[in-house]
Amino acid sequence: MSGAEHALRRISAVRGVRGAMLVSAPDGLVVSESSMEDVDGRAIAALAASLAGRLRRAAGGAGLGRPTVIQLRGETGTLLAVPAGEELLVVAVGDRETNLGLARLELLEAARGIA
Amino acid sequence: MNDDVRTLTAELARDPGSLVFLDLAEVLRRRGQLDAALTVAASGLARYPALADAHALHARILAERGDGDGAFDGWMNALQLEPSHQAAHRGLGFLYYRAGDLGRALRHLEFAAQAAPEDAGLRAAIERVRAAAVPAPEPPAHPGDEAVSPEPAAPAERGVLPTSRAIPFAIDAESGTSSDSELFAGLDGARDGLLLLDQHGLRLGGALRDEDGADVSDAVAAHLAGVSREAARAARLLGLGAWQSLGIECEYGNAHLVAPTADTVLLTVRDVAVPAGRLGLVAERAAQAARRWLERVA
Repeated sequence: MSGAEHALRRISAVRGVRGAMLVSAPDGLVVSESSMEDVDGRAIAALAASLAGRLRRAAGGAGLGRPTVIQLRGETGTLLAVPAGEELLVVAVGDRETNLGLARLELLEAARGIA
Repeated sequence: MNDDVRTLTAELARDPGSLVFLDLAEVLRRRGQLDAALTVAASGLARYPALADAHALHARILAERGDGDGAFDGWMNALQLEPSHQAAHRGLGFLYYRAGDLGRALRHLEFAAQAAPEDAGLRAAIERVRAAAVPAPEPPAHPGDEAVSPEPAAPAERGVLPTSRAIPFAIDAESGTSSDSELFAGLDGARDGLLLLDQHGLRLGGALRDEDGADVSDAVAAHLAGVSREAARAARLLGLGAWQSLGIECEYGNAHLVAPTADTVLLTVRDVAVPAGRLGLVAERAAQAARRWLERVA
């Protein structure tokens, strides 16, 4: 098992996380994924990359530097995305019961290992 | 106009490879049927990727839908194909103006005016951008005078983007007009860390400053045009329900986006030392203030 796959499995093991994946940031394509449940991984990849790109531009314009963690919270779940270098995003989708604090740490750890 | 749409639709159906898609998309755009216009324009663009007019029309429809980034890309594509494309220069001039880059805005608008010297609206827009580029004069004697949008007249009249004239309180927070100053009154960061904008990326109130103290409100607002729609779409497609917030932790600060109403977005920015969770609470308080303010000024 590669380092990236191992990292994705660790993220997926967090309570409430439905799955995790590695996404190519420039084109929104799936690089690697782990147990995405009931969700189209390609859709997650495309949407996460698009959102991350827009927020990166906005953060740059505001003088905030590069985003390190992005969290889209919905009524019934959350999307987390963490850039891993210039080209990749570590992405996870969790339900309402997700331990977001732990998931965030696992994503950051994965991004550090992958970048 | 219905007849126009019917006729053009029939013509396009008879000959899908014809350029009539340009006319049909334009008619639909003028009727405000932006989804249909976008579908027609995108389909035509796929067939004619080297046609600058197709890129420019597609960009204009995107702009009217609030997708400033998409519009920017489209007009840039048009200029790559046809460097003197008048509509592309005009559109880019407007986008740069909204982003606060007056130099580039002026260059593009002047270039557009060269191709259309009789266009009085475009000339008026250039004058307004030039006026905005010089230091601001003394504050007006009557506070109500400030509620005049600095929008360049021509692009707004031509519908490149929705005009902020429809939002009479879209003014500079620094000027301290009564309604704007009340927006986030009493909240920390009211003058430099809270920004309320509409879904088209136009500032409604509040302000944002970078680390050098420069006002970056309009530039950031322009980048965030359509972000609520994108967030809503992403949340829906991912089965997350209605979107509630977007948290962005960054190298030098943290930001939090919420939608006080269906048509507005509130950006809250704080130092990186403020934890993301606490930032969410600050943002929610500011959103409540924004909702109250919007109800008063509506």
